This record gives sequence, structure tokens and C-alpha cells, in this order.
Amino acid sequence: MTDAVIQIDKLNKIYHMGEMDLHILKNVSVAVKRGEMVAIMGASGSGKTTLMNIIGCMDRPTDGSYTLDGEEISTVKPDRLAFIRNKKFGFVFQSFNLLARTTAQENVELPLLYWNRIPSKEREHRALDSLTRVGLADRVNHHPSQLSGGQQQRVAIARALVNQPQILLADEPTGNLDSKSEKEVMGIFHDLHKAGLTVILVTHNQEIADHAERTIRIRDGIIQEGTG
Amino acid sequence: MNPFATILLAVRQLGRNKIRTFLTMLGIVIGIASVIAMVAMGQGASSMVEKQISSMGRNLLMVLPGAASSGGFSFGAGSTTTLTPDDGVAITKEVSAVAGVTPVVRTRGQQLIYGNQNWVPGSLMGCSTSFTDVRDWEIEAGAFFTEQDVFAATKTCVLGKTVADNLFQGEDPVDKIIRVKNMPFKVVGVLSAKGTNAMGSDQDDLLVAPWTTVKHVLQGSAFNNVDQLLVTAVTAPRIAEATQDITTLLRQRHRLRDKEESDFRILTMSEMASTMTQTSRVMTVLLAFIASISLLVGGIGIMNIMLVSVVERTREIGLRMAVGARRQDILLQFLMEAVVLASFAGAIGMALGAGSAVVISRVLHWPTLISPGSIGISFVFSCAVGVFFGFYPAMRASRLDPIEALRYE
Repeated sequence: MTDAVIQIDKLNKIYHMGEMDLHILKNVSVAVKRGEMVAIMGASGSGKTTLMNIIGCMDRPTDGSYTLDGEEISTVKPDRLAFIRNKKFGFVFQSFNLLARTTAQENVELPLLYWNRIPSKEREHRALDSLTRVGLADRVNHHPSQLSGGQQQRVAIARALVNQPQILLADEPTGNLDSKSEKEVMGIFHDLHKAGLTVILVTHNQEIADHAERTIRIRDGIIQEGTG
Repeated sequence: MNPFATILLAVRQLGRNKIRTFLTMLGIVIGIASVIAMVAMGQGASSMVEKQISSMGRNLLMVLPGAASSGGFSFGAGSTTTLTPDDGVAITKEVSAVAGVTPVVRTRGQQLIYGNQNWVPGSLMGCSTSFTDVRDWEIEAGAFFTEQDVFAATKTCVLGKTVADNLFQGEDPVDKIIRVKNMPFKVVGVLSAKGTNAMGSDQDDLLVAPWTTVKHVLQGSAFNNVDQLLVTAVTAPRIAEATQDITTLLRQRHRLRDKEESDFRILTMSEMASTMTQTSRVMTVLLAFIASISLLVGGIGIMNIMLVSVVERTREIGLRMAVGARRQDILLQFLMEAVVLASFAGAIGMALGAGSAVVISRVLHWPTLISPGSIGISFVFSCAVGVFFGFYPAMRASRLDPIEALRYE
């Protein structure tokens, strides 16, 4: 499978909690193709969040192999992981995670502050581009508290897009939204998918998962279907 | 992330919570302000002492007659009569480290009368013509008395500024006749103003006459002994050499045997000066020490608030890590916040300290001296406080696990 951007083989994740070992992911193998829109589904405690953290280079597997874009990730140094997070991923969280008392513009610029030497004019320009892409060009100087939940999540998506990542990782992106905002946000994900981005949705909601081309179901740390 | 952006970020972050930032800074502000003000006061005091001492003549030595004793009974300092003006002449001739010598004969409580004005000078002294050189004192009006006046013990005198002002009330004193002990004295000159000395007494409150006149005419003494010899060394570093040579010379002239004690004492101005500046330096160090304790307390305040801030901003830290911040980026960000906080507080403290030093010198008439050194040191010190007390919170921030940090409620 040469066009797989994410290739995970026989991956295990074990947490040591004092005396107990928690075996969160058991022999997981998953592949995601470039440009795919995939949903990872499972109940809470199923290990889907841990899998997402490992895919997003926030966490490292205990053993097994994870190849991203041809690079073996499971053994690289923390600084390299930070670099990969910055360049290849855009993160969207359930709770938006926008900085309070900070304008939408500045929130979106945040990823450009690291690993980049971009003049502030160029940063502003790219942040504005990104906000325009999610339809918030007129909310540039608003603080998160002045925006609706849906708008806040769109700012978060703009932030995820600003560094032109290959993969968009969304963790319950509509979990805190009403149905109208949910529609808007999912619409944006579809648009981005059409534009060629790889989109990974992590959810426990079947309706959201139905937006994806393919669903990977995980239960008790074992992939039930959709290994790919 | 470049350093400039980090500083900018820190400034913005601190600007988000202005009241907290202000209160956190207060400790450092007060600390630095008190360091600056106290050091300024201490240094002002030492520089005043310094100035007064140099106004008396920095290279000055005093040769005082020793105590005479007879049958185990001491008559006290100055009771020997062996110190004479001829000793002075010999010192001038034979000690190369000496620039000038004048004998000094003092008398007190003499009332001066001119017209219907009268004045009792703080000091009435008899000297030789080298007085002006030895004391480095200018003549403001008229002239100093001459060798001839000294030789013939003429009734001439030179007035200090205070005496001239009080006795003549604006009239020109030169060539006027005043009465001292009911004898007419001709005023030949007026000395320039010199101000108070290190002990706070007015140096200008004096009358200077030929030593022969004071000794023989005013005191009516038949002897030639003097109360002291005022000596100036050529340069300050040669004072020790001058002291040594004068001792040798005078012991020889007074025919003292090796085991006999000297019948004179030598005091140097630099000794007095160093004692005095030592005292004020100790005061300055003490004050600065007390002030730096408040700086320490201020630093602990910064650490406390930074720790609170790290906890409050756990999610922000997680987010920054998620979008690519390395641990060192986070460390630097929080460290920079502490440093910006401390150095900004330091700057305010400096302004406040300098301001209060100025107010103190205006209102309390206490001399203050704001040295660039103390400004520089306290700025560096406040930055150091920021680094020292900001490091631990910053390290805590950088050690957070991004996954847990993002989930922190």
C-alpha cells in the first residue's frame, strides 16, 4: 500500500499505573490513505483517544511500528515529534481550546510561532486566509468569548489549517455544538476533504462517523473493523 | 520561536491581567526603589564627607605636641613646649615629601569690635605666610599678611568670610581697623568661603593673624612653642613617607634617645577620611542588605504567581505543545514572562527610587547621589531575580504532558 500516509502495524500501548498495567491498545494495525476521510469510532475507554494521540504524535506506542509519510515515528526524539505535529497535523478538539482574551486572528497564528521564521505581516496574511476559508473573515478581531460555539470551532479549524497540514485530526469536533453548528463544521470538513486533505474524525457518534468514507471501529483496544 | 517574539508574547500575556501583574511587581518595585534610594542616601553622605575632608586639605598632616609628664603625672596633650616654628622651618627644608608647613597658635574667646558691631570668632589662630598654601585657601579680597608682619609681630589680620560678613555688614573690610582685646588690628584681607568641615563647624568663622602676634601680643607668652604644625604632603600617596621623615627629623631635633617616647604626635587627614568613609560605607552596605531582603520577598511573590499562572494555563500549555511547541519553547516562554515582570518592576522601582532620592534631598536636605553603578546593578539584579524565581515554575510548565494538559479542567 504505497499511498498510505499512515501505516500502523501491530501496535501496543501499555500504561503502567502503579502495580497495574493497563493494556490500552492491543496489536492494532491500521492504514489510512492519502486524501481519505476516516472516522475512528468507539465507546469511551475503548482506546480510540489513545490511538488518536499516537497518530497525532502526542504519544508514543509501547511497541509496534507507526510509519507516517514513510518515516518511522515510534522511535524519534520528542523535539522531532513536536516538529511533525507542527508541520503535518492540524488538531481540532472537542472543547476548541482557544486562548481566552486573544483575538481569533492571534489564535490562528499560534502554530506559525513555532518552527517557523515568518514575518508578522505574512503571519497575519496567512491567518486571515485561513479564517476566510472557514467563513470567518469578518470575525478576525473577536475574542472567543464574543463568538458562538460553532464560530469558535471554526476558528479552531482555521488554526489547524494555517500551517497547511496534510492531516486534520478532529477529536469529537461537534461534541459541544448544536445541530446547526454541527452541520456547518461537518460541511467544512467535507470541503477540506474535497480539497485533498486527509481527515480523521474521532467520535462515538454514529451520525458523525457516517460522514466519513470509512469507519474504523475499536473496542477494548482491539480493532473490530476497518483496518484498511 | 525567536527571542523577540517571546518577549512580545510575555508582555502581551502580562498585559492580560493588569492588576495581578501590578501586584506581583509591587514587591520588586519596592525592593529596587529602596535599594536605589538607600544607596543614593549612603553615597550622598560619603561624598559629602569626602568633599568636606578634601576642603580641609586632602594631603594635610597635623603635628601636635605630646603630653609632658613629671614624676608619673601627665599634664595632658599639648603640655610639652618643645614644638616650635623652627621645627616647621626645618621640616620644610629637609623633608622632600612635604610641600609646606605653617605653625598654628590658637586662642579663644576673643571679642572683635568694629564700630558698633562685635563678634566672637569660632577660632582665632596665628599662622605663618604659608597658611594659604597649606590649607589651599584663596584670598578673596586684599592680601595675606607678609613675612615682615610675622617677623615684626604686627597687629594685622585676615578674616574668614563669616567674620567679615558679621562684623562689617557688607562694608569692605580691607584696610579697616578692628579691635581685638582692646588693641587695634588692621584687616589686610578676607579669605574665600570654605563652608563647614567634616565635623559640621563653620570653617569661615575665623581670624588669622601672624603667629608671633597671637603668641606674644595676644597671649602675652614669652615662649615660642606652637599648638600644632600644619603640614601638606606633596601628594596623597607620599603622606606615609612624610610622616616617617617628620618623625625622624623631629626626634633628632628634640634630642630624643631611641627608647624615649616622642614628644609629639602626627595625625593625617587621610586617616580621618578613611575612618569616616568606612563608617558611611558600612551604613550603605547595611541599608542595601535590608533592601535586598525585600527584593527576595518580591522574588518569592513572582514565583508564587508564576506557579499559579502555570496551573491556570495548563490547557494553553497543552495546546501549544500540540501545535508544535518544544519543551524548551514553553520553558523559555514562562521564564521570559518572569524576567519581563521582574525587569519591568525593576525599571519602575529605579524611577521610584531615584525620584524619592531627589525628594529626600529636597525636603530633608540630606545629600543623595544616584550612581549609575547602583542603577545598573539593581537592574541586573531584578532580571536575575526573574530568572531565579521564574525557573522553577517554567520548568514545571515545560514538563507537563501535552495529553493530560489538554484535558485539564
